[in-house]
Amino acid sequence: MNYHVMREFADSWGLLFMAIFFVGAAAFAFRPGSRKHADEAARVPLKDD
Amino acid sequence: MRHDTAIAGLGSATFLALLAAAFGQDELFRSHMWVLFFVLLGAVIVLLRNTSFSPASAQSEDRSSYMDKPIRYGSIATMFWGVVGLLVGVVVALQLAYPDLNVEPWFNFGRMRPLHTSAVIFAFGGNALIATSFYVVQRTSRARLFGGDLVWFVFWGYQLFIVMAATGYLLGITQSREYAEPEWYVDLWLTIVWVAYLIVFLGTILKRKEPHIYVANWFYLSFIVTIAMLHVVNNLAIPVSLLGSKSYSAFAGVQDALTQWWYGHNAVGFFLTAGFLGMMYYFIPKQVNRPVYSYRLSIIHFWALIFLYIWAGPHHLHYTALPDWAQTLGMVFSIMLWMPSWGGMINGLMTLSGAWDKIRTDPIVRMMVMAVAFYGMSTFEGPMMSIKAVNSLSHYTDWTIGHVHSGALGWVGMISFGAIYFMVPKLWNRERLYSLRLVIWHFWLATLGIVVYAAVMWVSGIMQGLMWREYDEQGFLVYSFAETVAATHPYYVMRAAGGALYLAGALVMAFNVAMTILGYQREEKSIGGDAPALQPAQ
Amino acid sequence: MALMDKHAILEKNATLLLAGSFLVVTIGGIVEIAPLFYLENTIEKVEGMRPYSPLELAGRNIYVREGCYVCHSQMIRPFRDEVERYGHYSLAAESMYDHPFQWGSKRTGPDLARIGDRYSNDWHVQHLIEPRSVVPESIMPSYAFLRDTPLAVKNFSTHLVANARLGVPYDENMIENAEKDLKQQADPNADTSGVEERYPKVKLGDFDGNPQALTEMDALVAYLQMLGTLVNFSTYDEAAGYR
Repeated sequence: MNYHVMREFADSWGLLFMAIFFVGAAAFAFRPGSRKHADEAARVPLKDD
Repeated sequence: MRHDTAIAGLGSATFLALLAAAFGQDELFRSHMWVLFFVLLGAVIVLLRNTSFSPASAQSEDRSSYMDKPIRYGSIATMFWGVVGLLVGVVVALQLAYPDLNVEPWFNFGRMRPLHTSAVIFAFGGNALIATSFYVVQRTSRARLFGGDLVWFVFWGYQLFIVMAATGYLLGITQSREYAEPEWYVDLWLTIVWVAYLIVFLGTILKRKEPHIYVANWFYLSFIVTIAMLHVVNNLAIPVSLLGSKSYSAFAGVQDALTQWWYGHNAVGFFLTAGFLGMMYYFIPKQVNRPVYSYRLSIIHFWALIFLYIWAGPHHLHYTALPDWAQTLGMVFSIMLWMPSWGGMINGLMTLSGAWDKIRTDPIVRMMVMAVAFYGMSTFEGPMMSIKAVNSLSHYTDWTIGHVHSGALGWVGMISFGAIYFMVPKLWNRERLYSLRLVIWHFWLATLGIVVYAAVMWVSGIMQGLMWREYDEQGFLVYSFAETVAATHPYYVMRAAGGALYLAGALVMAFNVAMTILGYQREEKSIGGDAPALQPAQ
Repeated sequence: MALMDKHAILEKNATLLLAGSFLVVTIGGIVEIAPLFYLENTIEKVEGMRPYSPLELAGRNIYVREGCYVCHSQMIRPFRDEVERYGHYSLAAESMYDHPFQWGSKRTGPDLARIGDRYSNDWHVQHLIEPRSVVPESIMPSYAFLRDTPLAVKNFSTHLVANARLGVPYDENMIENAEKDLKQQADPNADTSGVEERYPKVKLGDFDGNPQALTEMDALVAYLQMLGTLVNFSTYDEAAGYR
């Protein structure tokens, strides 16, 4: 395996994989079901002193 | 007996330091070990004077509540090292304007500059991070710090690291790796302290009573872990002798350069950004008393930031002998980094939505908002400077120095000041700060100082870059290097003035904090008309 | 819904969060740094590179100790103005024995990658003692104390041993003769055939203007005078060296 093979992989499949992963992760964080969770977590600092 | 293990441990360490001072292989190492010996001896004496032989039960410390004493010490240490670091900064700025201020060999610029950078980054910034992380993790986990006396080991161990690093620089003990100057034995010590820090922090999270791990703790945790990794890899070295100060770095040339800037850039990314974002995500919601604008955005912010930052190091090596592919990779990731950075900035600022009036009425909020604004500015400027065409002009010039300071003074400094102003009254059970009017003074002195500093360095940097590459009609370089040095003089004087303003602000803060700790309250009219007293709601 | 709940797992499990963030931050470093160590085109093929002579290495250690890198770069970028001002752009090969590298990041003073042979020894000594006496605009501190500080010679071979362990090609012969070479290089009356043979192109003679004493000034000037002089650019193939 030399550098050029890796380079080619990185800017084709590797790039595609990371892009999909990122979009998936973002969609996951912003999915409707997570709102309740997130709101709960966001209030953590305000609960206690 | 109180402190018995500490006294025994420190006593043996003092003896070992004495042995090392006697048998050290080089002059510098022996001097450094004498410093260590006297520091440890002082610590032993202090502990012995404070020890008591009463049974353990007689000691009154509430083990059920939060462990706040180390945080009180940490706040004072932050303030102290902040003033020291800024003062050294003003001195080195003046040395550049008036070179006769160099006092060879110990106070020459080459030794003083690492003292300045380490004092502000590691001593001021590090203490601020340790103190606030301990404050935040306890309150968002609703658990007492894990580890008991280990917490004190982290605090005092870190102060020892600072003292050894600082005295080493002045003696001439340095690896000459930017922002990683301490030599091998000081690095090893920091590694031990850092692992203890990780244990305390992670242990506290593990025993939390809150189901969620609040996002601020994510940032703090990634900062601790990543700094551990960077510190260990970048400082790999072979010492010439186990009783000597000199070591040779494990890597050479181009590999060493990329390892160093992988470290250096992520010292910015994780020490000076991720850790302080943890601060932002706790103290801004607390001070304005409303939850962060979008918790889900903060999750994206976290993962995108830590993933992208780690790649950006090669932008410090544009057009050098580093292979082109690595430079390109560094540039692309640096530009992408702009997005999560601004996502975080928007998240921080929008936390104020519905409470914008607090910028007017609450000077601490004003300080925090200015910090986030500077975060936004420097995370725009940074990606821009990482573009190779821009970098070809900006690299090696004062522009870089200006950029660093708009981030360090504007973002890191201001958010830390805000956090300290928030914590101090709570830690010492005071109703409020001694004076909010003085916070306003601090705010304006600091802001004016940064603006002067950044503007002057920006102009000076671009001027340098353009003068270096200026050709006349015959195709000859117009300026000798010495002429470009002379041209920067007025800017260096103005820069020192900007730094002095910022230092003055910090001194005002030190006075304000000291008076608050001592229990004084200044009679003052409330700020912004008849708004209610400016104490954050519980 | 099962997948949806995984979100909460990461958010509520500290060890997983730790492992996850550690994984994420290692990727970039591994992908960028690791290839530099095994890709053969990271460092060009050049003629003339050799390890530092003991005196040069001692001088380099003084350069490191004094933090010269905070104001001086040792990395000439391939731009017309830099090449005209400082000389041929720097090659990766030229710092292949530099533990640590000293490329620098700021030019408060000029680049020093090819300062060797540009000025006389006397100029360097005078400049280090009182910079503004030779360059009126200079803002450099004085380093006069170097002239009065004897160079530490004892056990200097251990420095070569440490470098050899890191892959710098110091052979047994060089290590054995380290202290002798160190003294003879700066001694105008010594037999220097050994040091010349071991370190081709080495600069010989008294450097600090005081042949009686071997000082830190000798070492630093010896280092400065060899910077950027080793590679033979007449045999360097520019196109083949491009990375």
